[in-house]
Amino acid sequence: MEEVPHGCPGADSAQAGRGASCQGCPNQQLCASGAGAALDPAVEEIKEKIRTVKHKVLVFSGKGGVGKSTFSAHLAHGLAEDENTRVALLDIDICGPSIPKITGLEGEQVHQSGSGWSPVYVEDNLEVTSVGFLGPKKNGMIQQFLRDVDWGDIDYLIVDTPPSTSIEHLSVVQYLAAAQIDGAVIITTPQEVSLQDVRKEISFCHKVKLPIIGVVENMSTFVCPKCKKESQMFPPTTGGAEAMCQDLNVPLLGKVCDKGQSFFVEAPDSPATKAYKSIIQRTQEFCGSHQSNNKNHVNS
Amino acid sequence: MTSSEGWRCAQPRTSQTRFSLEPRNLASVQHIILVLSGKGGVGKSTISTELALALRHEGKKVGILDVDLCGPSIPRMFRAQGKAVHQCDRGWVPVFVDQEQSISLMSVGFLLEKPDEAVVWRGPKKNALIKQFVSDVAWGELDFLVVDTPPGTSDEHMAIVEALRPYRPLGALVVTTPQAVSVGDVRRELTFCRKTGLQVMGVVENMSGFACPHCAECTNVFSTGGGEELAQLAGVPFLGSVPLDPDLTRSLEEGRDFIQEFPKSPAFPALTSIAQKVLQGMPALLS
Repeated sequence: MEEVPHGCPGADSAQAGRGASCQGCPNQQLCASGAGAALDPAVEEIKEKIRTVKHKVLVFSGKGGVGKSTFSAHLAHGLAEDENTRVALLDIDICGPSIPKITGLEGEQVHQSGSGWSPVYVEDNLEVTSVGFLGPKKNGMIQQFLRDVDWGDIDYLIVDTPPSTSIEHLSVVQYLAAAQIDGAVIITTPQEVSLQDVRKEISFCHKVKLPIIGVVENMSTFVCPKCKKESQMFPPTTGGAEAMCQDLNVPLLGKVCDKGQSFFVEAPDSPATKAYKSIIQRTQEFCGSHQSNNKNHVNS
Repeated sequence: MTSSEGWRCAQPRTSQTRFSLEPRNLASVQHIILVLSGKGGVGKSTISTELALALRHEGKKVGILDVDLCGPSIPRMFRAQGKAVHQCDRGWVPVFVDQEQSISLMSVGFLLEKPDEAVVWRGPKKNALIKQFVSDVAWGELDFLVVDTPPGTSDEHMAIVEALRPYRPLGALVVTTPQAVSVGDVRRELTFCRKTGLQVMGVVENMSGFACPHCAECTNVFSTGGGEELAQLAGVPFLGSVPLDPDLTRSLEEGRDFIQEFPKSPAFPALTSIAQKVLQGMPALLS
């Protein structure tokens, strides 16, 4: 995939190759001919391989360090609380894959069998695949990864992504878009320095027509373990995620404050756990309705 | 870079037409410090900003070059968002934050028409802009140029190290948060420094504990000790721990001078101490 010009309408959009921004782009002819995304054979291969995955949720943030990987892990754990739901967590943060550490799987390796890469199991119904398991390789990994992972029958695939709107983003969105992504959850912290990067992420999602399930505000409130009073570690001087979501007409899924532990197990009644459960429920509802919408489109 | 890409000002002529390898625009910059981190969100821009403010309070002239092209945070931290970048015969004029021109800034944030639009570029284009930021910004006389980088070790890092290599002594300041997840990434960053011949001035551990404003009990929300441990293991100086401080956050959000306005705040002693160590450490770096 060649460089994307500013204002690129998207390789598979109706304007592909025809927009004003397309002038001078090396892909212009390709896009105008309608060949766009279909040109890359890997897209079809991935689509085929990933057919057995029912729902795909991408976890994004424009900003690093907001707790995207932590959230992804919690979302995966939360969905996997139901033993009958099979969940896969895919970590494609080539810059700094955190999922192995967060899920306690550092040092594990993925095994390659005849049918592809087999993930590492955290629970019977929760499997993890991370670029961190593959060692220090870069470039071209995502494509191969997605193509060669042996997914099996999965209900939910949670994809933890690198921060910022980088080429890694475009790669994964391009490949998975062909196989239909249910939507993206975008993580932020309350302060404006995060929100300003997250607005870019939201704009990126709109541009590539990726549905936004909603925004999660992390590190919202600190509850002192000693005096139990609440305070704000990162004051939301511009109204936090709530104000941003209203401005941009994007759902706010919830606010959490976590300390990087799995508090489903350790603190099942804590406010943070309740917030997570609500977020997970809304994510499931979104995916459920997304699926029936797709079926409607297919039938109509 | 064409006009279709939403640039707010005309482009200076490229290095090829004017500057070639001559370090004219950086000739009067005494020291260059790269602020790095393996992990995102640990506070590189915060530390860059506060270091600049603290150095200014010691009477130094400081420039900040923000090469985080995807998430440029520096303009806002000085209440400079939306300011225009002008040109002179030597290239772009950096944006001054005060009348005394004691702190000057350059960031892609000043150059974008729509700040909420994502900047999605491949390596070559990012590299080209970074080279221009190095050779085509008329910094003038500076005691320090602080370079704020994006997280990780990416195209931008390679580009900035290569572009700066011919110039003044280059030091790297590595920022981490205390927990192990962050420290693992920082180890990679230190490897990058070693491989590219960047001298590591020291490690700063940020978000090191949160003092409850109600009862003053300090809780290590992001665990503790990782930064110091890492510095010891890597044989580099540990410059200090900066606690989570809502006044610091608020000050950055509003583009205020934390060092001037919040001397009693929890983060103040740590930040000023780090600046002192940087000042003291410079002769060692030069030898």
